[in-house]
Amino acid sequence: MRHLLPALIGLAILVLCSPAQAFDQATATALSVGDSDTRIDALNKVIAAGDAAALPFLEKLIGDGVKTSGDKVFVVDGDKAVDPVTGQAAELPSDADDVVNSNRMRNEIGGAIAALKLSSPDRAVRLEAAQSLQSGDADESKLPLVKAAEGKEKDPQIRDMLGQVEANIELTSSDKSLRLAAVKMLAESSSPNVKEMLSTRLAPDGETDPEVKAAITAAIKAVDARLSRYALVGQIFTGVSLASILLLAALGLAITYGLMGIINMAHGELMMIGAYSTYVVQNLFRAYLPDAFQFYLVAALPVAFLVTAGVGMAIERLVLRHLYGRSLETLLATCGISLFLMQLVRTLFGAQNVGVENPEWMSGSVSLAASLVLPYNRIVIIGFSVAVLGFMWYLLTKTRLGLFVRAVTQNRTMARCVGVPTARIDTMAFGLGSGIAGLAGVALSQIGNVGPDLGQHYIVNCFMVVVLGGVGQLAGTVLASLGLGIVSKFLEGVTGAVIAEIMVLVFVVVFIQRRPQGLFAMTGRSAEA
Amino acid sequence: MNRKFLLQSFSALTLAAAAAFATPAMAEDGTIKVGILHSLSGTMAISETVLKDVALMTIDEINAKGGVLGKKLEPVVVDPASDWPLFAEKARQLLSKDKVAVTFGCWTSVSRKSVLPVFKELDGLLFYPVQYEGEELERNVFYTGAAPNQQAIPAVEYLMSKDGGGAKRFVLLGTDYVYPRTTNKILRAFLHSKGITDENIMEEYTPFGHSDYQTIVANIKKFSTGGKTAVVSTINGDSNVPFYKELGNAGLKATDVPVVAFSVGEEELRGVDTKPLVGDLAAWNYFMSLKNPVNEEFKKKWAAYAKAKGLPSAGKPLTNDPMEATYIGINMWKQAVEKAGTTDVDKVIPAVGGQQFAAPDGFTVEMDPKNHHLHKPVFIGEVKADGQFNVVWKSPGPIKAQPWSPYIPGDEGKKDEPDSK
Repeated sequence: MRHLLPALIGLAILVLCSPAQAFDQATATALSVGDSDTRIDALNKVIAAGDAAALPFLEKLIGDGVKTSGDKVFVVDGDKAVDPVTGQAAELPSDADDVVNSNRMRNEIGGAIAALKLSSPDRAVRLEAAQSLQSGDADESKLPLVKAAEGKEKDPQIRDMLGQVEANIELTSSDKSLRLAAVKMLAESSSPNVKEMLSTRLAPDGETDPEVKAAITAAIKAVDARLSRYALVGQIFTGVSLASILLLAALGLAITYGLMGIINMAHGELMMIGAYSTYVVQNLFRAYLPDAFQFYLVAALPVAFLVTAGVGMAIERLVLRHLYGRSLETLLATCGISLFLMQLVRTLFGAQNVGVENPEWMSGSVSLAASLVLPYNRIVIIGFSVAVLGFMWYLLTKTRLGLFVRAVTQNRTMARCVGVPTARIDTMAFGLGSGIAGLAGVALSQIGNVGPDLGQHYIVNCFMVVVLGGVGQLAGTVLASLGLGIVSKFLEGVTGAVIAEIMVLVFVVVFIQRRPQGLFAMTGRSAEA
Repeated sequence: MNRKFLLQSFSALTLAAAAAFATPAMAEDGTIKVGILHSLSGTMAISETVLKDVALMTIDEINAKGGVLGKKLEPVVVDPASDWPLFAEKARQLLSKDKVAVTFGCWTSVSRKSVLPVFKELDGLLFYPVQYEGEELERNVFYTGAAPNQQAIPAVEYLMSKDGGGAKRFVLLGTDYVYPRTTNKILRAFLHSKGITDENIMEEYTPFGHSDYQTIVANIKKFSTGGKTAVVSTINGDSNVPFYKELGNAGLKATDVPVVAFSVGEEELRGVDTKPLVGDLAAWNYFMSLKNPVNEEFKKKWAAYAKAKGLPSAGKPLTNDPMEATYIGINMWKQAVEKAGTTDVDKVIPAVGGQQFAAPDGFTVEMDPKNHHLHKPVFIGEVKADGQFNVVWKSPGPIKAQPWSPYIPGDEGKKDEPDSK
């Protein structure tokens, strides 16, 4: 009840004010000071006036760039404060407070900005504004602006969008034919918001006319069908995305464990080192090349590869070399190395996670439909894992090094007899596997936490993928990661994450019992090696 | 009350640092031993390490002012390494070998449950500084963190209010262990009492360390088509980072579906790119961004301490709610010992009740005379781009804790004070 009085006053102001009134100090104060209700009233007044002069101020307001002191309002830019209306520099009092926007305020201001932007001469700005209004910022107060904009709009795409926005608003109109038309229009939509809006109209206090009701039910059905189609595509995408991460993590292991037979428990820590290399490169770029910051990830790839390959080669030379053929000792030694590496990183960088920022081109998402949003970082990582796979395939099958690696793993004695430097090949192969783990680390730094424990979360999955796919088989690794990724994502959708994880593990155990050699078995003479 | 002696306290730092690592055998007579039981390695190190540091800072400060009862405090720091059984072992060591007068420690509820029998058996005294699920009231423990009615319930009430977005549907999302499960049980009963039916509540759990939130975010999105939705997150530890990243990438803005978190504070946001999170909420009893003289001084003290000790966080010193709770706890224990005139646990326990302390949250908080919990104010903050919080709602004053939630069947009629020995 205590909101009623300010609301009434706001309404009175709304009625009294002439629409032509320009943006002034009083409006700025009303927008910034007081509780949410009075501020929203002031906002609606600005919308009703269609006053584009208020736009810069509103954008500052939503970006937390406005301070108030008593009734005075200041726009703050860095250390300087300016008057919101005249734009002249002003002295910022020391007791000035930030204007705090709640989510509700931010929603309203965002809607107001979008509505005002509809009259922009720039098509891209108008399009963005229409999209924003379509995704739910529209209400009755913006109808006149939307209508006016639709009348002037020449671009068919934007006009269609505005038509839908209008339909959203007119759904509650008192004219039955208008409502029917609105429902028909909305049936074309594939936005979850529209479904929500339509369903709320079906509630007892909503639509009363049976004809419109039937139309709404049909419209919901149409929207639902479209939504579930998109949901399926979305689920497959998340499955493939998980698969790409599993694949990246497991590819290095496919060489060190699959081809060379080394049970490398420190594989996860090599990924962790790759991720920390990314962090270091990021910091170097931030400090020395802030202009090229967006590309630090590209520079991080070779760095991470070389660093982890170096660490891997050192491990091979110093420790593993002496343990070939003794897999139990190898396992214990690499376990120790993994602890050593974790503690080393903890000492160097601290026990806490470090922040790795996504470059701008990897943040955000492409929206194929309102309900189907594919994040850029996932898309990039899927592409990246395919590229790494291609790189490895080329290296193993088309180069001299690859030939030697395969020769050594298939028959070490024979390879040495014909002059292959087996010791050096072992080092190189282990370095390659480690380097690829480093590349995986770069990718993981973009989607998860970078901390000393990073590797621990992935090591079990890595072995699972390699064993499931069949030891020593690249194609098996690819298929196993795809299978595991998609299956676990579908299960998660049905049973929740906790049960899904258990079910996947049970499935793998049963599968390995039935088929210990994995999806693809090694055949021929090399199988005995 | 501590302002004047700020400078002197820093000059005494080196002395106290030596004391911190002294072995019990070297301890001189005339000191009071104080146990500090926080994980300094393992998964919880990310959160607990700073609590150890803030405890040492407070002890230094007290020593610089002459200690307690004319004796200096001597901290005994042990590392239970995020290993729950090891917590019990280390607690036993503190109590029977080092004979500490009081222990400050634990973060997760499971670690607290693990040390409880030890403190009861050996009649020790534990100050526990973290928000938790309630359903516990022990004679040997003082809880300086929030009970559910001092954090979870006000947060959900805010989400249902007009300014909070007027949420009608709720996603209860948590890590799979006792704190989220119990909190969500309470919240579900609370939502029922507000007329929200089960079909408007979605409850989901993920394992510790879960990192792929694509499906869950997609499900939240789908669920939100049924009406204005808010997410209540009791995700603990570093899983929060991938969760928030996924939210940002999926385009689920705080203005559409706000997320309120109970375990995400300034320290947890340190490793996160906070830009996509702007507008998401957290409920705590203290925020670093609170503006009041006590907090300004607390922050200054902490920054100076971190710098003097060369802590890894010295470049960007952050304070958070459990740190404040630790600070309050140690000071209240000191006041109680002075009131009782002894460090004897049986005499100190009744003296702690009713203690008051001007806390960095801007209020003079009081230990309830009976139920071993603090009366605390509640703040709801929105994440800002710089990782700090804007307070958008606060309780008019400190709220009394209800360790036995009225929303859990069977809790009615339970005594609001621990059983005596």
